[in-house]
Amino acid sequence: MSAGPDNARVVTLTVNGERVSRRVAARAHLVDFLRDTLDLTGTHVGCEHGVCGACTVRVDGMAVRGCLMLAVQADGAVVETVEGLTDRGAIADLQEAFLARNALQCGFCTPGMLITIAELLEREAAPSRAAIREAISGNYCRCTGYQAIVDAVERTLAARAGRAT
Amino acid sequence: MKAPDFAYARPTVLSEVFDLLDGDGDVRLLAGGQSLVPSLNMRLSAPSLLVDINRLPGLSGIEARDGVVRIGALTRHGEIARSALIAERLPLLAMAAPHIAHAAIRNRGTFGGSIALADPAAEWPACCLALGATMVVASRAGERRVAAGDFFTGLFATALRRGEVLVAIEIASPPAGSVAHFSELARRRGDYAIVGLAAQVARAEDGAMDPRLAFFGVGDRPVLAEATRRVIAGGGGIADAQATLGRDLAPTGDAECAGATKLHLARVLLGRAMAALRTRGDA
Repeated sequence: MSAGPDNARVVTLTVNGERVSRRVAARAHLVDFLRDTLDLTGTHVGCEHGVCGACTVRVDGMAVRGCLMLAVQADGAVVETVEGLTDRGAIADLQEAFLARNALQCGFCTPGMLITIAELLEREAAPSRAAIREAISGNYCRCTGYQAIVDAVERTLAARAGRAT
Repeated sequence: MKAPDFAYARPTVLSEVFDLLDGDGDVRLLAGGQSLVPSLNMRLSAPSLLVDINRLPGLSGIEARDGVVRIGALTRHGEIARSALIAERLPLLAMAAPHIAHAAIRNRGTFGGSIALADPAAEWPACCLALGATMVVASRAGERRVAAGDFFTGLFATALRRGEVLVAIEIASPPAGSVAHFSELARRRGDYAIVGLAAQVARAEDGAMDPRLAFFGVGDRPVLAEATRRVIAGGGGIADAQATLGRDLAPTGDAECAGATKLHLARVLLGRAMAALRTRGDA
């Protein structure tokens, strides 16, 4: 059943495996809902117009910009943030590789980077260096110059390929 | 910045959408939201009501019937990029998709949303023009079809009337032997193009080419280069075609560069396209 127009409504969604129900303003972005209402501050807010990638989260398994989706639109969705991916160990190897290769400095872009790269690793078994760069082209990092991030992704790919054989 | 206050509705049938569109105030449809939500965040638009059409059934997906590929308006860019049917039947769309923003935006942004927005620097409107697509538009009165050539009427302006919703895009498969070419120039990966070219080129057995050349980023809407098409179809070479392009395009300058630079860059893309088409193995 569809509800009529309203400036706020109750949404029920699954966030990092937990069912939550809250009343949200229609104008609230998903990322602000996650950070301010649910205190999940792992996801960051940067440019707020979809360019920097810091707010990237997963909705129904897909990486999306948390600043370009309204919280009311996530009603009924399964949302996962960097906290959720971390807790279930899904990207432990990638995070380890980030540490080993110094793929972060200030860390502001890192949660969005991890979400973006996690999707790349699921979609492609052996992306080239160019394909990795293409995949993270929508995530800005002002510290590392990207080389170390691409190195970390390659290190993770090599380790996963080794485990698979 | 944060979006201004607005009301939100999420209808589940088209008739409800028509009812909401009939209401007072500035009512806007919300599809993928990858252009609308930034414009809200930057306070460039302030609708009184957003009508979220994402949960409407039957508006998403790609299917082939009777030589025509029908793409639902809510089909995400990423679905088009990963579709085997698109890669086989409409390779121009598969070539263009990776140029649209970034993966997370392609996961959410929609084919129909981009076309209804009609950004003059966007990829899909130009592809629709090159492919001679047909827009399927619904309203309470029923459905009507609008040719791509009549659909884009100006800067962010289309033939859509008040109360109408773009529900699908139908594209006939290009004839056998026809090839696609797509290229664009942008300062950074994922940026809107400074200039771009979407081309669908029919070829006769003797090698004669009949190219539908849709340039974008060159004015208030995508432009089919008809004079250049006639020169190439008549056997003209790259230099002839590049010279003629000045009769088809009159780009105005924007934040990226001057109009004269855009025309130069469009000629560069045309030259590259013709050279690539001549040397392609399937030529």
